[in-house]
Amino acid sequence: MKREVPLIISMAAGIFVLVGFFVPHPLVRTGYDKIQQWVIIVVAFTYVLGMANLLRLNGEQIQRRAKDWPYKIALVIACIATMAVGFSEGTHYLDDGTKFSWIYNNLYSAMSATMFSLLAFFIASAAFRAFRVRSVEALLLAIAAFILMLGRVPIGNMIHPLLPQAADWLMEIPQNAAKRGILMGAALGVMATGFRIILGIERTYGSEGG
Amino acid sequence: MSFFASLRRLDRRWIFLAIGLLVVVPLLTGFHIAPVLPSARARGFYDAIEKLPAGSTVVLAGDYDPGTIAENYPMHLAATRHLMARKIKIIAVELYPGGPPLADRVLHLAGAEFDRKEGVDYVNLGYKSGNEAVMSQMGSSIPVTFPTDRSGTPVSRIPVMKGVENFSQIKLLVSISAGYPGTKEWVQQVVSRYHVPMVAGVTAVSAPEYYPYLQAGQLQGLLGGMAGAAEYETLVKAPGLATRGMDAQSLAHVFIALMILLGNLATLPQRSSGGKA
Amino acid sequence: MHLSGDLGIWIAALLTLGIFSFLYKDNPAYKLCEHLFVGVSAGYYVVLNYFSVVKPNLLDPLFHGGAHTDFLLVVPLVLGILLFSRFFPKGDWLSRWSIALILGVYPALRITGFGQGDFVEQIHGTMVPLWVAGNPGATIGNWILVVGLLATLIFFFFSKEHKGALGGTARLGVYFLMVSFGASYGYTVMARISLLIGRVMFLLHDWLGVLHL
Repeated sequence: MKREVPLIISMAAGIFVLVGFFVPHPLVRTGYDKIQQWVIIVVAFTYVLGMANLLRLNGEQIQRRAKDWPYKIALVIACIATMAVGFSEGTHYLDDGTKFSWIYNNLYSAMSATMFSLLAFFIASAAFRAFRVRSVEALLLAIAAFILMLGRVPIGNMIHPLLPQAADWLMEIPQNAAKRGILMGAALGVMATGFRIILGIERTYGSEGG
Repeated sequence: MSFFASLRRLDRRWIFLAIGLLVVVPLLTGFHIAPVLPSARARGFYDAIEKLPAGSTVVLAGDYDPGTIAENYPMHLAATRHLMARKIKIIAVELYPGGPPLADRVLHLAGAEFDRKEGVDYVNLGYKSGNEAVMSQMGSSIPVTFPTDRSGTPVSRIPVMKGVENFSQIKLLVSISAGYPGTKEWVQQVVSRYHVPMVAGVTAVSAPEYYPYLQAGQLQGLLGGMAGAAEYETLVKAPGLATRGMDAQSLAHVFIALMILLGNLATLPQRSSGGKA
Repeated sequence: MHLSGDLGIWIAALLTLGIFSFLYKDNPAYKLCEHLFVGVSAGYYVVLNYFSVVKPNLLDPLFHGGAHTDFLLVVPLVLGILLFSRFFPKGDWLSRWSIALILGVYPALRITGFGQGDFVEQIHGTMVPLWVAGNPGATIGNWILVVGLLATLIFFFFSKEHKGALGGTARLGVYFLMVSFGASYGYTVMARISLLIGRVMFLLHDWLGVLHL
C-alpha cells in the first residue's frame, strides 16, 4: 500500500497526460485537464508546506539555542508578520498603497535584488583569482568570453566595428551548434528519465525517508 | 616583494571597490561612451510587435521577480509601451511568485501614458503555481486556469477576456523571463504545440541557450539582458533605465577582461619557474 | 542631493547597504538582513499562493460554486492536506500520494515538451542548405553549424571509447563546447554587472536623489 499506491497514482497521471497530448477525445481530454488543474493546486500547497517546515526547523533551533538563534527569531517574526498583514488585506492585498505591497516593495524586492547584485563583485574577483588559461580549451573559452564581453556592449563598436559582428557570428554559429547539441542530448535524457518515472522504474522518491 | 607576487596577494576587497566605483562614477557623471546599436535579434522582437494588427490580443508573460529586475523590468516596460502604443490588447500572466506587482507596475505606467483602461485594454491575471502545467492548461482554457484576475475579479466580467478561450485567439506570446519556468517552457509547451508566434526578453545568463530556438524559428526575436533591453529601448525611441546603464556596463566589462589578463599574468612567473612561489 | 523622505525607501536602502556589508566581511547586519529576507519571502509566497491559487481555483469553485460546484476538487484538497502528514513520523508515507501526482504529471509534460521543442524542432532547424548560391558566408556558416552539432553530439556518445576518428571528432566537439562556455561566461558577466547597476541606480536615484533618469 505504501509503495504501490504512489506508483499507481504517478503511472495513471503520467499516462493520462501523455495520452491526452495525442488524443483529443473528450473522455481523455477531461481527465487530462482535470489532473493538471489538480496538480496546480497541489503545487500551491507545497509552498505552504515549505513555510511550515521553515517555521518548525527554526522554532526547534530557537528552542535549543542553536548557533545564530536570535536571527532565527527575526526570521520567524518576519514570516508570521508578513502572512498576518497579507491575509488581513483580502483579495486586494497587492494593490498600490496596501501594507502588503509596502512589504513587497521595501523589504522583499529590495533584499531580493541586492542578494543577486552581490554576484557582480564575486564574478570580478573570480575573474582575477580563478580564471586560468592553461590549455587550448581554456584559451578558446577565454577568447570567446573576451569577444562576447566586449562585443555585446557599446564600447565594443568603439574599439572596432568588427567586434560586435564577431560576437554575433560566434553566438549564431559555433555557440549555437554546441548549445543545440546540449539541448538535444538533454532532451533525450529528460525523455528517458520521464518514461522511467512514469513506468515506476525510477523510484527514489518512493523510498523510505524519501 | 615583486609586482607579480603582490598582485597574487591582492585582497579581493580592492577588486570589489574598483567594480563599485566603475558602476557608480559613470552613472553619477553621465559619462557617455558610445550609442547603443540594435541587433538583428532585437529588431526581430520589435518587428513581431509592429506587424500585429491593432486590436489583436497577446499574452504577456512576466516570469521574473525582483532578483532580476534590472534586466527584465526595462524590457517588460518597453514591450508593454510598444504594445499599448499599437493598441494591442494585453493579457498578462506571471509564473514567478515575485512577478505580479512588477506586471501591475508596467501595465499601470504604460496604461497611464497611452490612456489604456484596465479590464478593457489589458488585464493582469496574476500568478499561478504549477509551471508547465499552467502553460499546458492555458492551451485548453485560459478562463478555467485563471478564473479571476490578480485582484479577484471573475474573468467572465472582464471585457478584454471576452472571446478569449485559449491560444487560438492569441496572436503573439511575449515572454519576459528570468529562468525556470520561462521562455524555454513556453516554447516547449505552447509554441511547439499550438504554433503561436513568440518573442522573448531574457536575462543575459540564459540568453545563449535560446539561440537554437531563434535559429529554428521557434522565436521571432530575442532580447538578451540589459544590453538587449537597451537595444529595444532604442528601437521604440524611449531610452530608459537599460540605456542609461550601458556606459557603466561597458566599463565594467573592460575591467573584468583586464582582471582575467592580469590574473593570468600574475601567475606566469610561478608557472615558468615550475610552480615555486 | 535630494534625500528621499519616504520611510520605506530608507528602510530599503539600509537593508541594501546591510547586505552589501557582506563584501567587507560577514557581520551581524548582513545576517539579520539574510534572515529577514527568508522570513518575508516565505510569508509572501504563502499569501500569494492562497489568493492566487487556493482561493480562486479550489475554495471558491468547491464551496461557493452554487450550481457549478466542482465536487471533484475534493481530490486536490485532500492531496494538499496529505502533504502535511510529513510532520508525523508514523503517517509521512501519505504525503507520497501527493508527491506521486506531481511526479506523474511533470515528466509526462516534459516528455512531450522536450521531444517536440528540443528534439524534433531542433533537428528541423539544423536542416539548413549546405550550398547557398552567391553567399559563401552563409554556406560556410551552415557547414560549421551542422559539423559543430554532429561533433558535439559525438562527444556525448560514451558507449564507445573516444579513439581514432571518433576521438578526433569528439575533440572537435570539445572545442565547440568551449566556445559556447566562453560565450555563456561573457553573458553571465553581463548579467551580474547589470544587477549591480540596477541596485546602484536605486541607491543614487530613489534614495539619495543624486541621479537623474
